[in-house]
Amino acid sequence: MKYSWLEVFKAGLSGQKQWPAAWPEVSPKAAYDVVIVGGGGHGLATAYYLARDFPGTRVAVVEKGWIGGGNTGRNTTIVRSNYLWDEATNLYEHSLKLWEGLSADLNFNVMFSQRGVYNLGHTLQDMRDIERRVNANMLNGVDAEVVSAAELKERIPILETGKHVRYPVMGASCQPRAGVARHDAVAWGFARAAAKHGVDIIQNCEVQAMDIEAGRIKGLQTSRGYIKADRVGCVTAGHSSVLAAMAGIRLPVESHPLQAFVSEPMKPVLHTVVMSNAVHGYVSQSDKGDLVIGAGIDSYTGYSQRGSPHLLDHCASAMIELFPIFSRVRLNRQWGGIVDVCPDACPIISPIPQVKGLYFNCGWGTGGFKATPGSGNVFAHTIGQDQPHPLALPFHIDRFTTGALIDEHGAAGVAH
Amino acid sequence: MFLIHCPYCGELRDEQEYRYAGEAFIQRPSLDCTDEQWGDYVFNRTNPKGKTVEQWAHAAGCRKLFVVERNNVTNEIYAVRTFESYKEQA
Repeated sequence: MKYSWLEVFKAGLSGQKQWPAAWPEVSPKAAYDVVIVGGGGHGLATAYYLARDFPGTRVAVVEKGWIGGGNTGRNTTIVRSNYLWDEATNLYEHSLKLWEGLSADLNFNVMFSQRGVYNLGHTLQDMRDIERRVNANMLNGVDAEVVSAAELKERIPILETGKHVRYPVMGASCQPRAGVARHDAVAWGFARAAAKHGVDIIQNCEVQAMDIEAGRIKGLQTSRGYIKADRVGCVTAGHSSVLAAMAGIRLPVESHPLQAFVSEPMKPVLHTVVMSNAVHGYVSQSDKGDLVIGAGIDSYTGYSQRGSPHLLDHCASAMIELFPIFSRVRLNRQWGGIVDVCPDACPIISPIPQVKGLYFNCGWGTGGFKATPGSGNVFAHTIGQDQPHPLALPFHIDRFTTGALIDEHGAAGVAH
Repeated sequence: MFLIHCPYCGELRDEQEYRYAGEAFIQRPSLDCTDEQWGDYVFNRTNPKGKTVEQWAHAAGCRKLFVVERNNVTNEIYAVRTFESYKEQA
């Protein structure tokens, strides 16, 4: 069924009770051309673009829990493309362009709202870095501007721009086309659109072992039986090293807990997204009205899906200094996700040289959500054509042998 | 948050006093190794789920580096040991 106002009207005649399931519940078949491991946003997007752009390919997504129950449902939903280096900017800008048409493409409202993102500068060096990044963005055709503290106060009146705080705000970069999207809708929209193109979405199906013979992937042993697969794409974020261990390889990633928290719902008070690397925290207000606030990663590695409270304390202090008006806001929930951080803070989108037919899309670290459509799109082409998509080529795993890293740590608006 | 017993100070202290210092016992290959071996040494990590053997430094205390054997899912600490104790064991 194509969602439209007409369908809403028709269903309204019978009390909105006639809606079919968005995608069917299926059991795994014996064999597929491509199995995507991981039913988060990136995995579902990969399956969608594979099925759409390579018709006839039998594709399945296997997910150990439920669709969008991992990091896709745990992030702070920020979408932007204001990175410093060409390789990263091109990849994230490709993604941002896909975001701009995504609701129509998927026939599912992902509530993408281009409300702008501000990255604050608190020191002279911050401001120099911001100017450099804004110039780099403009050269790459990405919208960006430097905003003075006085102008910031005009645009975001509740932001504290005075001089009497510990780290006064000196200015910011702004990307007007950046914004937020509804993260659950992204998972559901991609799942529904992928299923429509014939993708089997198999939930509660955990991969337990990889069947590799003579350097070639043959299939996967899962909690729901053996699945034969010609090609396997692993998109398992924080658990990438666990999957890699099944293939007998190690990856240049380490998993860390990353925390976020939301306040009680309130009337609209913040119309944009504000991030600060220096005092560390980022905040936006969801359509539901709650403030969505992201903290930093724990220094230690872990898979606990809960971080240390001192990071929340640190982030909340920063938020209150930036927005004194939030000081009496009550928080509703706090949670953690597991992020796989690469040494250069850039993802790995790559075939695995040691195992033919095995591909990994991982290492997105703390900022994978914004890349969901772009990541899926270039990864689908990398798997479908068995050669890296031009935009994915710089993110080949070989860069950790050649040394051609894309050093985005601290260089871009990356907040970790 | 968890508490770590510093084997040098002999006290159970807040994790915030310590600095995490990565996977322990990473062996540097000889300098005539291949690029693959060097890349593996510099960048690749085992990153296991479950028991880890890792280095921590008591940054706000004695500043010494030691080894913590921890479950990184439950944050249960199995053992805290000095590097010397592993040498004696070997």
